[in-house]
Amino acid sequence: MIDPQLLRILIALVGILGFVALNALALVYAERKIAGHVQRRPGPYEVGPHGILQPLADALKLMGKQLTTPRDADPVIFWLAPILCFMPVALCILPIPFGPNLIALDLNLGMVLILAFAGLGVLSICLAGWGSNNKWGLLGAARAVAQNVAYEIPLLLAVLSVAFMTGSLNLATITEGQGTWPWQWNVLLNPLGFIIYFICALAETNRAPFDLPEAESELTAGFHTEYSGMGFGLFFMAEYANMIVACSVATVLFLGGWNGPFAPGWWWFLLKMYALIFLIIQIRWTYPRVRFDQLLNLCWRWLVPLALLNLVYVTIIVKL
Amino acid sequence: MFTREQIAERGFYTQHFEQGKQDNTLILNMGPQHPSTHGVLRVMLEIDGEYILRAEPVLGYIHRMHEKMAEGKTYAQFITNMGRVDYLHALAWNWAFVGAVEKLGDTPPTPRAEYLRVITCELNRISSHLLWWGAYLLDLGAFTPILYAFGDREELLDILQDLTGSRLTYASFTFGGVVADMNDALRERITRFIARMRDRLHMYKSLVTDNFILLGRVEDIGHIPMDMAVRYGATGPVLRGSGVAYDVRRAEPYSVYPQLDFIVPTSDRTDALGRYLVRMQELEQSLNIIEQAVVQIPEGEIQAKMPKKPKIPAGEVYFAVEGARGKIGCYLQSDGGGSPYRIKLRAPSFSNLSLFAELSQGTLLADAVSILGSLDLVIPEIDR
Repeated sequence: MIDPQLLRILIALVGILGFVALNALALVYAERKIAGHVQRRPGPYEVGPHGILQPLADALKLMGKQLTTPRDADPVIFWLAPILCFMPVALCILPIPFGPNLIALDLNLGMVLILAFAGLGVLSICLAGWGSNNKWGLLGAARAVAQNVAYEIPLLLAVLSVAFMTGSLNLATITEGQGTWPWQWNVLLNPLGFIIYFICALAETNRAPFDLPEAESELTAGFHTEYSGMGFGLFFMAEYANMIVACSVATVLFLGGWNGPFAPGWWWFLLKMYALIFLIIQIRWTYPRVRFDQLLNLCWRWLVPLALLNLVYVTIIVKL
Repeated sequence: MFTREQIAERGFYTQHFEQGKQDNTLILNMGPQHPSTHGVLRVMLEIDGEYILRAEPVLGYIHRMHEKMAEGKTYAQFITNMGRVDYLHALAWNWAFVGAVEKLGDTPPTPRAEYLRVITCELNRISSHLLWWGAYLLDLGAFTPILYAFGDREELLDILQDLTGSRLTYASFTFGGVVADMNDALRERITRFIARMRDRLHMYKSLVTDNFILLGRVEDIGHIPMDMAVRYGATGPVLRGSGVAYDVRRAEPYSVYPQLDFIVPTSDRTDALGRYLVRMQELEQSLNIIEQAVVQIPEGEIQAKMPKKPKIPAGEVYFAVEGARGKIGCYLQSDGGGSPYRIKLRAPSFSNLSLFAELSQGTLLADAVSILGSLDLVIPEIDR
């Protein structure tokens, strides 16, 4: 007899992979359309009505392309990286409660699981940069490591502040701890925590203005300079999947998860998540890129001390 | 021809790099295919981490020997070459050559043609600065402004297309005049464009120039002290960004510029932001010039009476104009024949680029990109 818990996880994983893949397609379309409208142009328009099939065409193109390995690259590391990049993201979604009963793995340490696997992402970027034996790739990887390690600290502190408030690391419990109405959500009780989390999420997912590991105008394409076809495609999908994870976690921790006025349910969750993703996309097409020392200064000089102060503030609130 | 030993002895451009890298440094080839070298500029960098220890521009990837080409062409045929030296401010190059020929042959253009030249040349300067603005911000990682700039540029190019017949590689100046006249409808369009562009510049300032992330990327980056700018022969906004009010339109006046009221913007900041602000102010000044020119322009012929094959007397002449990137000079030597005996073109980007090696020492890679962008280089002009 197969363990029902295992079966549940397997089904959930398949579902999650489908969800992530579909979302990646939808988000690529959304990103290009939003970018288009920000830049006073229609965006993709040719493939299907309003270019709605464009991401599909892109995906087919990427799959059809030849996979090239640079001559001096280490093929094992080189090809391990994109695969390793994508896998932890799928696992990160397991403990996220999308709805009252829509949770794949109701873990007491759900938040820890997400943080642990999210930390793996930087390893794959490091491997990609090192394995492709390209100087630009190496610089990109070095940037990614420094950036992600630095920003993980304020991120953890921001998450910790929510854990203090709820007294739990179980994402379902955290959701239930917040009420129906927006003023009962953590974002208003702990606004600084939310801002710190959001900035760190931008940096952790390598999105502009913190897209230094792949800064196009400086490092050509950074860590994925040498990847072609689906090698690049996996990194690309992982970026969007990372955005989904980061925004889902933000929704659970700060925006009340699936709680919402009138009819709580998964639709509220998705609405909040997509709103955050929309904000991230909007930011990318609006701001210039920061420089590397500015990025680290922001983290060590501002975010870490502020996050620590925020912890003190949250403990006082909890005491009261 | 030099032997390899002689080149090594004399100090060839890659000499530093032939010695190999030091311990713990990386030699990096930026270009000739790199998104922010804007064409085929190649810069060899030796970096320690992300800090640049040495930088050497390597030129010649788009050398088309325009100067040599002139010797095999008639004077009139060579005008089309000039539009291709610097494709962003092609009309200034047109003017440098045509002006040199006119100076040598003493065949000045008609007054109306002078004003038409000023109008088209300044419109072209605006389109060049707009493109620089968009591309520079693209270098700094802001994707959107370039499309806004191109939106404005599109309207401008439509006007220029009707004024000159082309959109990019202009060749509309003739000896003693210009090829096409401006009618009232065009004058109306230009006036409307000026009003619109002023609005847009205001928006660009509040939307982009005042953005604190942008300021962080351009403030105190790439300081060019005044003496250094002069030492390298920098001209144009690069020199004016270091506080020297040198503008060929004022320093060596030509055409009708003395009758037009405009200031030469300078900045004492000497950094990338200084050069940025100078260019933004120049956009406004160019709009002022055009606004006055379309009012002052006299009626009359647009082409002076010239023989079909102009006879250029033997002799030599130098004529310089102010391009978007600096002083554009044309040295012309004639032996009295049908084609130039020798032409030497002074490209401002060449002098401005030579600053880069010294400027980028000790900066971060990201700052080097910012510095390179702030010099506003057009690579075909450097290699000619």
